[in-house]
Amino acid sequence: MYNILKIAARNLQRYKRRTLLTSLLITLGVVSVLLFISVSGSFKAMMIGQITDSMLGHLQIHRKGYIASMDSLPLNRNLQGKQIAVAKKLLENTDTVEAYSMRIKFGAMFSNYSETTNVRLNAVTPEREMQTVPMLTKRIIKGKKEGLLNKGEILVPELVAKGMKIKLGDTIVLVATNKDGSVNGQPFVVRGVLEGISGPGGRDSYIHIDDARTLLRIEGKEISEIAVRLKNMDSTPVVIDAMKQELSTLKNAKGKPVFEVHGWEKLSPFSKIADMIDLMTLFIKIMLVAIVLVSIMNVMVMAVYERINEIGTIAAIGTTPGKIMALFLTEGLLLGVLGTLIGVGISLIAIFILNLAEISFDFGRQQGLILSPSIAPEDIIMVMAMVIAIAVLGSLQPAWKAAKMDPITALRHV
Amino acid sequence: MTIVAAEQLTKNYVTGDITVQAIQGIEFSIEPASFVSFVGPSGSGKSTLLNMIGCLDPPTNGRLKVVGQDVTRLSPTESAAFRGKHIGFIFQDFNLIPVLTVFENIEYPLLMVQNWPVRKRRQQVEKMLEAVDMQDQARKYPNQISGGQKQRVAVARALVTKAELVLADEPTANLDRKTANRIIGLMKAMRDEFSTTFIFSTHDPKVVKNAEIIYTLEDGKLLQSENGQGGDDV
Repeated sequence: MYNILKIAARNLQRYKRRTLLTSLLITLGVVSVLLFISVSGSFKAMMIGQITDSMLGHLQIHRKGYIASMDSLPLNRNLQGKQIAVAKKLLENTDTVEAYSMRIKFGAMFSNYSETTNVRLNAVTPEREMQTVPMLTKRIIKGKKEGLLNKGEILVPELVAKGMKIKLGDTIVLVATNKDGSVNGQPFVVRGVLEGISGPGGRDSYIHIDDARTLLRIEGKEISEIAVRLKNMDSTPVVIDAMKQELSTLKNAKGKPVFEVHGWEKLSPFSKIADMIDLMTLFIKIMLVAIVLVSIMNVMVMAVYERINEIGTIAAIGTTPGKIMALFLTEGLLLGVLGTLIGVGISLIAIFILNLAEISFDFGRQQGLILSPSIAPEDIIMVMAMVIAIAVLGSLQPAWKAAKMDPITALRHV
Repeated sequence: MTIVAAEQLTKNYVTGDITVQAIQGIEFSIEPASFVSFVGPSGSGKSTLLNMIGCLDPPTNGRLKVVGQDVTRLSPTESAAFRGKHIGFIFQDFNLIPVLTVFENIEYPLLMVQNWPVRKRRQQVEKMLEAVDMQDQARKYPNQISGGQKQRVAVARALVTKAELVLADEPTANLDRKTANRIIGLMKAMRDEFSTTFIFSTHDPKVVKNAEIIYTLEDGKLLQSENGQGGDDV
């Protein structure tokens, strides 16, 4: 094998300019793919992290049917005492769960005594909420961040605060209808203003869960959802499956499961953007495959054509067709390896420079997000393996042609 | 044991509706360590015959035995293996591999065809370099040596595997008179040293003159065989 490698390497050196150009083309493709994966991956991870860490959590547990009607924030689809106990027991006993937060979600009229608007409310236990969505406090752009909020306080979304000229310390009134249809009102002090983010729930107000129970006259335990944070986000699908399995034991009167469990991607439209990024990555990879395939095939077809007489000679002196094929396949392999190694090297340097440069960008209403591209070793290995495999594949037809060449015809070729 | 034996050997080439009989039922046999020349005008079938003896082209009909083995119906891989083991080739255009040095060109059949162990292989290449007087040029590439030197390397490459039979198609056609003489002398010396059978196809009277047996071909038929001078003046 060493000898085949040596001869293949010498043959590549023979046509230095062509080898260099082909390698550069492969390098360019590899750099494009790796940079795209790293930059888009960074953007995706940042967006997903922001949505899951400041709002949704990694997964949520609801009563069956809640998600289908969640736009109207129904109170009659809340989880009740025994159901909450079952879910709580499961969450406490699941090692992969880092934290969870029980929430009551509802809609209310928001009044500053001169104007009124509709708001969506998240009623939470502050300590649990901060453990489950640790970036929520970072969204507080005005007011104290420590402790999130106390009873009698409200965090108001930026849009409502601006629209109704609300300042910190102002008193506002929330008027809500409970599930029996009776209306109740309660004053709150504005504790802080929250930065809005993309997606449902990104413009919700926050109050203490005990205040919600008072406002909605809820007696006993009742919640709308449980947001769950996992120790490892990548395990979300596996944990969801396990939880569904565990929770399916509790059934309603119709014999159907009481709970539904959803990952963040089912709860946020950003998952579609994430899917689009994945799709674009796939297209970029397909383009890389095409670049490698065409350039390697082209250069190997040329190599075979230019060395027909040489092929005839080595065939005549006893080189078997298999070894002739191996010689040309190895040339393709070396071209692929060369282009890939240079490409990976340049990509890693470029990613390092991009991180040093701290390039900022805006996404929706969020400004000054810092791009921090990174690439996983498995992505590098996958791209390398793909390029090298395609390089060998691209050499296959010319190598086959060389191996099958009639020695006499080849020797006569001028 | 005869080194080459042909019985009713025929080779036809078909081009469209036309069938050309390149070799027409010839019979001959060649003994080991002979210095044999096939002569004849262009198109007489010399190269075709050499290609068949070299297992590069299968006969259409008849029987051909080379080094005691019937080679009439070998597959391409079997042919390659047979050539690698028993036959050496010397070409008119030298046909050295340009990316390999003189040493590596001679080493190639031992390395890529016969897979000799390193030490034995190097000793054998050194021996052949010495035999063709090319030790000083061992590290040079083919484009750095003269035509005569290239053909000496080709002779060494043909003999390095201790082939029983060397086929040379017009080996002196691209060489000047003086160099051609040296190459013929070298091949003859190699035959004497290694008891290798040399078979040539040639137009060159010098080569013909040095052959011990001369077969004359015309229109694919073997007209006559005669004993040559055997190379007294080389």
